[in-house]
Amino acid sequence: MVILAAGQAPQNAGEYIGHHLTNLRFGEGFWTFHLDTILMGWITGLIGIGFFYLVARRATAGVPGPVQGFIELVVEFVDETVKGVFPGERKFLAPLALTIFVWVFMMNLMDLLPIDWVATVTGAAGLPYWKPVPTTDLNTTFAMSLTIFLLTIFFSFKAKGAGGFVHELFTAPFGSHPVLWIPNLLLNIIEYLAKPVSLAMRLFGNMYAGELIFMLLGLLGTLAAATLGGAIAGAAAGVLYWGWAVFHILIILLQAFIFMVLSCVYIAMAHEHH
Amino acid sequence: MNINATLFVQALSFAALIWFSVRFVWPMITSAMDERTKRIADGLAAAEAGQQSLARSARQAEEAINQARDRATEIVSQAEKRASQMIEEAKASARAEGERLVAGAKSEIEQEVARAKESLRTQVAALAVAGAEQILKREIDAKAHADLIAAVQKQL
Repeated sequence: MVILAAGQAPQNAGEYIGHHLTNLRFGEGFWTFHLDTILMGWITGLIGIGFFYLVARRATAGVPGPVQGFIELVVEFVDETVKGVFPGERKFLAPLALTIFVWVFMMNLMDLLPIDWVATVTGAAGLPYWKPVPTTDLNTTFAMSLTIFLLTIFFSFKAKGAGGFVHELFTAPFGSHPVLWIPNLLLNIIEYLAKPVSLAMRLFGNMYAGELIFMLLGLLGTLAAATLGGAIAGAAAGVLYWGWAVFHILIILLQAFIFMVLSCVYIAMAHEHH
Repeated sequence: MNINATLFVQALSFAALIWFSVRFVWPMITSAMDERTKRIADGLAAAEAGQQSLARSARQAEEAINQARDRATEIVSQAEKRASQMIEEAKASARAEGERLVAGAKSEIEQEVARAKESLRTQVAALAVAGAEQILKREIDAKAHADLIAAVQKQL
């Protein structure tokens, strides 16, 4: 059962879905803050990176325990992945990739919390709306992809200098003939915009769609079971919900990995000279 | 689209997490891992060195044993040589001593013989004189023929 702001169960399917898709808002117009997204982002970030920090602080160069072994496994995996994409100095890029991987994974992991449990708990706490998965909020994914975009620009400047960067905008990829300057610039602008947009939309789309399927199955579980009195429908929904959750483990891990790798690829591309 | 100021907060959170990871988390973990890598490499190098020194020691020990064996053989052969030499010397000295003894005995015998002859000669002379005295007592004066007797005595 879902508790709405008024303390009532949702009346129909539209209301149920709509309730689950609404953020806890604060502010007006553009200056609206999604408190649930922000808070869940902090919590997941603190737990994820904090866990790594706590283990790292007690990391020993001797025989590692199972927890440190796990941490080192992840670190080595990330390091190897980044090494494969970017052959240069990894002192910044590797921890960046680790941050992306861990944070995105932790945020995605919130998807596995049963949505109605979350709604019940937060509703009982007096919060009318609560979307527990920050990555189903475009603000989060665009915040990350635009940060990566800015880093890309920064590393482009660093690697090529301002002159080199502008030079490349006009002369790559077609050539340096003056006639080709405008097409080059247009293509580069499209390319530069496409990177953050695709990066953000991919993660958002995958998580949003996954969340929506959870909602539909939850809808089947709550509404159908209650209104039709179908215990069978409820049980079926429970099994399907569980099945989708198991499959979703793969998706959340994969999306975190894809986001990490593509971010590294973009930053690595910024170092390349044409 | 649902884009609003939440984006800035999320971007700042992201930046803070990146900074924290770059500044603290990553260096701590990788330093521990690098340290372990170094330790393992050192350990392997030490094991390698230990094996090499072990092989070297074994080779040295074998050399020492060989030298000792050679030396022992040498000493034994020297001792054998010395022993046979000593036996030879002993034989030679024994032979010399024997000869000397024999020679001494011979000369003593000769002296003894000479002495016996001398005394025999004296006694025979005395006997002859005594006999002659007995024979000639009645007719010859012993004193008158003393020089004759002495001449006979000399011829004996």
